[in-house]
Amino acid sequence: MTAEARERIEIALNVNGSGVRRTVPARQHLVDFLREALGLTGSHLGCEHGVCGACTVRLNGEIVRGCLVLAVQADGGEVQTIEGLAGDAHVGALQHAFHERNAAQCGYCTPGMLIAAAELVGRNPAADRAAIRAHIAGNYCRCTGYHAIVDAIAAVCRERSDARSA
Amino acid sequence: MSTREPASGYIGAALPREGAKRLIAGRGQYLDDIQLPRLVHAAFVRSPYAHARIVRIDAARACSAEGVLAVYTGADLARIVKPYAGVLAHLKGMRSAPQYPLAIDRALWQGEPVAIVVAESRALAEDAAELVDVEWKELPAVTDPEGALDENAPVIHAELGNNLCYERLIDTGNVDAAFARAGRIVEAAFETGRHTHVSLEPRAILAAFNAAENQLTVWHSTQVPYMMQWIVAHHFGLPETQVRVIAPDVGGSFGLKIHTYGDEVAAIAAALMLDRPVKFVADRLESFVGDCHARGHRVKARMALTAAGEILAIDVDDICGIGPYAIYPRGGVNENVQISNLVGAPYRHGAYRARSRAVFQNKAMYGQYRAVGHPIACSVTEGLIDLAADALAIDPAEFRRRNYVPANAHPYRTPSGVDIERLSQHEALEKLLALMDYARLREEQSALRARGIYRGIGLASFVESSNPSSATYGQGGASIAAQDACTVKLTATGTLAVAASVTEFGQGAHAAAMQIAASAVGVPIERVKVQLGDTDATPYGGGNFGSRGTGIGGEAVLQAGRALRANILAFVARLNESEASMYDVRDGNVVEASTGNLVMTLEDVARTAYFRTDKVPRDYQPELAVTRSYAQKTYAGIFTNGIQASHLEVDVDTGFVKLLGHWIVDDCGTVVNPLLVDEQLRGGAVQGIGAALFEECLYSAEGQLLNGSLIDYLVPMAFEMPDIAIGHTCTPTATSALGAKGAGEAGTAGAAAAVMNALNDALKALGARLTTYPFTPERILRALGKV
Repeated sequence: MTAEARERIEIALNVNGSGVRRTVPARQHLVDFLREALGLTGSHLGCEHGVCGACTVRLNGEIVRGCLVLAVQADGGEVQTIEGLAGDAHVGALQHAFHERNAAQCGYCTPGMLIAAAELVGRNPAADRAAIRAHIAGNYCRCTGYHAIVDAIAAVCRERSDARSA
Repeated sequence: MSTREPASGYIGAALPREGAKRLIAGRGQYLDDIQLPRLVHAAFVRSPYAHARIVRIDAARACSAEGVLAVYTGADLARIVKPYAGVLAHLKGMRSAPQYPLAIDRALWQGEPVAIVVAESRALAEDAAELVDVEWKELPAVTDPEGALDENAPVIHAELGNNLCYERLIDTGNVDAAFARAGRIVEAAFETGRHTHVSLEPRAILAAFNAAENQLTVWHSTQVPYMMQWIVAHHFGLPETQVRVIAPDVGGSFGLKIHTYGDEVAAIAAALMLDRPVKFVADRLESFVGDCHARGHRVKARMALTAAGEILAIDVDDICGIGPYAIYPRGGVNENVQISNLVGAPYRHGAYRARSRAVFQNKAMYGQYRAVGHPIACSVTEGLIDLAADALAIDPAEFRRRNYVPANAHPYRTPSGVDIERLSQHEALEKLLALMDYARLREEQSALRARGIYRGIGLASFVESSNPSSATYGQGGASIAAQDACTVKLTATGTLAVAASVTEFGQGAHAAAMQIAASAVGVPIERVKVQLGDTDATPYGGGNFGSRGTGIGGEAVLQAGRALRANILAFVARLNESEASMYDVRDGNVVEASTGNLVMTLEDVARTAYFRTDKVPRDYQPELAVTRSYAQKTYAGIFTNGIQASHLEVDVDTGFVKLLGHWIVDDCGTVVNPLLVDEQLRGGAVQGIGAALFEECLYSAEGQLLNGSLIDYLVPMAFEMPDIAIGHTCTPTATSALGAKGAGEAGTAGAAAAVMNALNDALKALGARLTTYPFTPERILRALGKV
């Protein structure tokens, strides 16, 4: 590991609505920063190479793989994690639907899955089951078989879709 | 759904899991979420070779690197840890060699840990691990199962003479005669891909030793806290009372987290030597070589039939390459046992011969994975059944219907020698055919075939072991509990505090325990709190593996709840100078059984027993905390059954398979919560589909894992998976009051075979047949002669 990578850099960002200023190693990725420096352990690490989606968070409104973004890249930005999204209309509704349908087993993928799903609910509530499956295709769940997750997201999509057309 | 059900109403209720709320909120506590003062982190130096002599280890540079506390080698650890060998004594002829947590002198697989580096952060530990200088001398690697038994093959453990770990033979003695008089013989060679669990949360451990009180606390992502307590105590020479194992939220396991892993043992050793808490969380890349693998079998199988389609005999020869040691303490040859037990199990047949061998390899360790051996036994059986049906021009559903062991033949001993209590195979088949609308799919298949569209329909029946007795491990000398226990305590406010030895890793054992306890005592479910996964807090028991959580652990909860209820009723009867039979506990109150009129609230009962002992007769002491244990002792296991169907379409130009539908009818006896059971079945099936289409640990001839990342090792994602419809038949076991049998492994047992049969059904017209998993586009195109 090069000395540059271990260099410490000061960053300032907004996390879940609060300003945060920390000095971080240049090589630290965003989720290690959130988990270790801020104690926000709801974002999980499943692969650290961008495949499993367990580390999905929102950065400046867009969902990102928290393991593929360095903390220093979030400097000046706005980050939302599962801990800060309970009040989000889409995430909250999805959480309720996931619980009702047993769409979480071990729960390790769930925060990332919810954040990914919320993006779809916001952008395309008319999504059918195939579109839902395509949208969450970057979030690995080893437990559920995905069926209940698709059920839960479809239920929230339907609520939103009905509300729009009403 | 109302949560104020009548007292017995929670068994069978589709209640959302209370314990899932915090996980969904992102407020679970998985192992890596735990922080302690003075916590330090471990990383490992691992062997880059499949087989190599360790000539020299120089850790000087690493020891002086930033943030490093210590570097320990195998020799350092051997001073405080006794080696282990995963040999089960009741498996005749099984052998292995002593294994140390870190390799000493010789590394036997690529990825075997050889040194632990402990530093102030994981990143610094990884930096320093790169500075550990190991001089290696590469040795020839044993990487082919059959080749490993060649006379000239290198022998991994010289003291054993050859590379055979275990061989099981079953022979009813009349197989050759049956084949000689057969009207038809079908045969095939099946190969199942070596694969691995890929739980999303990797293996993880945090060990903290407090020298001032001589107490070791191990937080461990595990299914089996008490097994780990025994192992840690035994191998470090500590009294069990000084070892506490806590399983926090576990992010998936599937049989991965029931074994002894050297890196985890090394982390405990480091905590003891440093007197500081040490955390080790495997990263994904080291998981692929550090976790155990499973399912890599080659099976030659044939079936003898009469011309009318009656099965006369089955003959199988199975071999699998395990790791360089039998994994401790469960042996890792249970696949061989289950395969030889279960090939042909759903069907009447008279003669059976099976040979199943496990052979040491210079590859990653090998162990149990969800539905141990079952997917292989099912693939062989159901592959042969479809071949037979095809050879005799009988519809595959009809062929199964004619040949199942009928329900009225039970209890039934299979030719392999397994006693099966009771199954519902015919009922399950008819239910499945209706659920999937089999006849319509067949018509559609035929119509589309005329248009050049290749769709296939595949069935796979399975018989599945659950509720295991001590025959699996205890009788082989392994310190693995076959019983489970539960304590139910009435709190001073009339709620229930339940502590059970069964464990939770997403499947819903916690929820099942809540529902059973509430029902057994007679309280609203919101007044029940369940504690699991802590050797200081729960009574002794096996935990969760082998589809035993609800069947065994749940029965212990039921018995404890019933015993507390009886104690409450006896106490109230004594207070009222009456008979216990006059009273009942309903909805959290003691009532008159005949009228339902309130006698005492449970809070009054508790307050009287705890605070107002002046009101309790002097010669009477109520016991409002009770513990009950349960072990299934009647059969080696309680066998369940089910059937799955796959419907798929093959693009014969690209070799891609599109899954159109999947159906499961399962019999797990009493269903405590259908929400949990259904998604267990689906999740299990998707793991089986992964085996069918995607998953395989690919090794080079030198023993290098070629696809050890989630980019290269494919797992099922939502896009490729079908919706999965579920149906149930219900044949409760008579060996327990609850009547529950296993459900967690059923989906995995049959899914891959259903996909294989559907694929071959689709390709039959083109003369192609595949029996080597996974069915990749390349393999399909090769079978079609297109590449």
